[in-house]
Amino acid sequence: MTLTEAAESTTRRQPVEAARVDKRGRLFNWICAIVLILFALIWLVPVLWALDTALKPNEETTRTTWLIENPTFDAFGRVLRDTDILRWFGSSVVIACLTTIGVVLTGSMAAYALSRMRFRYRNVLFWGILAGIMIPGQVLIVPQFREMDTFGLLNTFWAVSLVQIPTAVAVFIFKQFFDGLPRELEEVARMDGAGYLRIYARIIMPLARPAVAAVAIFAFVSSWNDLLWPLLVLSNPDIMTIPVGLATVQGAFGIRYADTMASAILGAVPLVAVFLLFQRNIVEGIAGTGLKG
Amino acid sequence: MSSTTETSVRQKDEAPAHRTKPQRSERHGRPAAAFLAPFVILYLLFIIGPALYGLVMSFFNTSLVRPGLGSFAGFGNYAEALQSPDFWSSLWHTLWFTILTTPPLILLAFVFALLADRARYGRWFYRLAFFMPFILPSAVVALIWVFIYTPELGLLQAALAKIGITSPVWLGDPSWAMPSLAITTIWWTLGFNFVLYLAGLQEIPRELYEASAIDGASPWQQIWRITVPLLGRTTTLVAVLQVIASLKVFDQMYLMTQGGPNFATRSILQYVYDEGFTNFRTGYAAAISMLFFLIVLAVSAVWFGIVRRQEKGA
Repeated sequence: MTLTEAAESTTRRQPVEAARVDKRGRLFNWICAIVLILFALIWLVPVLWALDTALKPNEETTRTTWLIENPTFDAFGRVLRDTDILRWFGSSVVIACLTTIGVVLTGSMAAYALSRMRFRYRNVLFWGILAGIMIPGQVLIVPQFREMDTFGLLNTFWAVSLVQIPTAVAVFIFKQFFDGLPRELEEVARMDGAGYLRIYARIIMPLARPAVAAVAIFAFVSSWNDLLWPLLVLSNPDIMTIPVGLATVQGAFGIRYADTMASAILGAVPLVAVFLLFQRNIVEGIAGTGLKG
Repeated sequence: MSSTTETSVRQKDEAPAHRTKPQRSERHGRPAAAFLAPFVILYLLFIIGPALYGLVMSFFNTSLVRPGLGSFAGFGNYAEALQSPDFWSSLWHTLWFTILTTPPLILLAFVFALLADRARYGRWFYRLAFFMPFILPSAVVALIWVFIYTPELGLLQAALAKIGITSPVWLGDPSWAMPSLAITTIWWTLGFNFVLYLAGLQEIPRELYEASAIDGASPWQQIWRITVPLLGRTTTLVAVLQVIASLKVFDQMYLMTQGGPNFATRSILQYVYDEGFTNFRTGYAAAISMLFFLIVLAVSAVWFGIVRRQEKGA
């Protein structure tokens, strides 16, 4: 039986059958929901446990219990006072913003040229960029490090950002999006004497807001959470990012578990806060970029 | 109206293509170069350049602490890597990690997405629970999980003790360290696959389910006959992204076990890191990187082959 036939026959049999299916379906849905909620709770446990521990005084953390006898925010205060976490936060913001702006600007400009202009070797260039998606950045750390050393850029924000900016996936996503945009508006603007830059800035980019959001979110999150590369090029504690900073103080707290967990929570808070605000956009942005990447 | 504009545009596009092709190619040359320049320059300078530099370096005895390439080594670095037990063991650890993480990360993500897709309420809650760990920095994940795995007072051993199981020394036991890292990784990155599957599920037309339900298909049959086959492409994508991500593992080992105990969890990338930046053997590290790159390329090629087959079949 084909689907259309099935769809047609539904109209006739609906009343009796639908009731039966509904009952069975509802039971199934209940079981599904319970299983899912159970797993979702399990998934929340580690973060809740960290939060719970951070709210205990250090002495209480030697007992493995969810009960907190003397809840206190002292651990957070100590971490803020004794580590450079606020400074790392500043570095992370600067680097992630620099990278995000760079990825969006260079990627969209290149994609605009590839999508709307005709020039020699266009296809060669496009395939060349596409092939770059295959190169995992981690494979390049050794030569990239020497390069940054030669340029005298070690321990600068640029050392981290510059290698993160040329993202082939971003060009690909922008080009796909631009290819799907209608050309009529541009034709009209061109007749009014608008140049490429004007069309790019005033017509294309505003229309491409969903693509910009997706690429920007992806670039921001991956830059913010990157560990290996900033670990290599930032050895100066003053400009470390949050992941690098936390990696270096790991173990420094010893058995002061409340402090350790407080530092983890503080390291997580900025991005989690952004996530809670833009949950839907972030999830869709990352799914979209991942699907096309 | 719209069809006339379309044809006129197409004419404009096509007509000159036959007569004055070279001229036409040149027409946008200058603005195109200006728009492409920022990306292409950075791309050449920081991706293609280093890739070639790394390739060259892999044939020399380059050292981190001396300038220049050093003496020519030919295939010496490659030969050394292929004969080194350290190389093979780190490669095996990386594969072992990939084997431990990939199937659960695909299966669980699929099941959770399937269940969440059926749920009428509280989708935001599932998204929060499963996806939030993914946006945590690896360092935060490591701090939390090292504490959970702590012997004597960790949450995990306490929970298992309640149901009468004596826990191993999770991160301290060479045979348990890797599974422990795998569990942490599953918790951390499942959200990404979950979200990809949710997106894939939303593309399946609802009418298919309704029609089959009225035909008397049980929910179970619906899953096996409709959902699973229609998600085939999503699954190949999730699988290849997952395999590549797992092969690139570094953070978890570096942060949680430092490759130990007794190098039992040293991954290939950490081997590159150790040789290149701790032992200063840059040329050798570059050669390992190239071998690793070949493996990733092979995985991508397999994926490409599967996708082409699927597209032909569809």
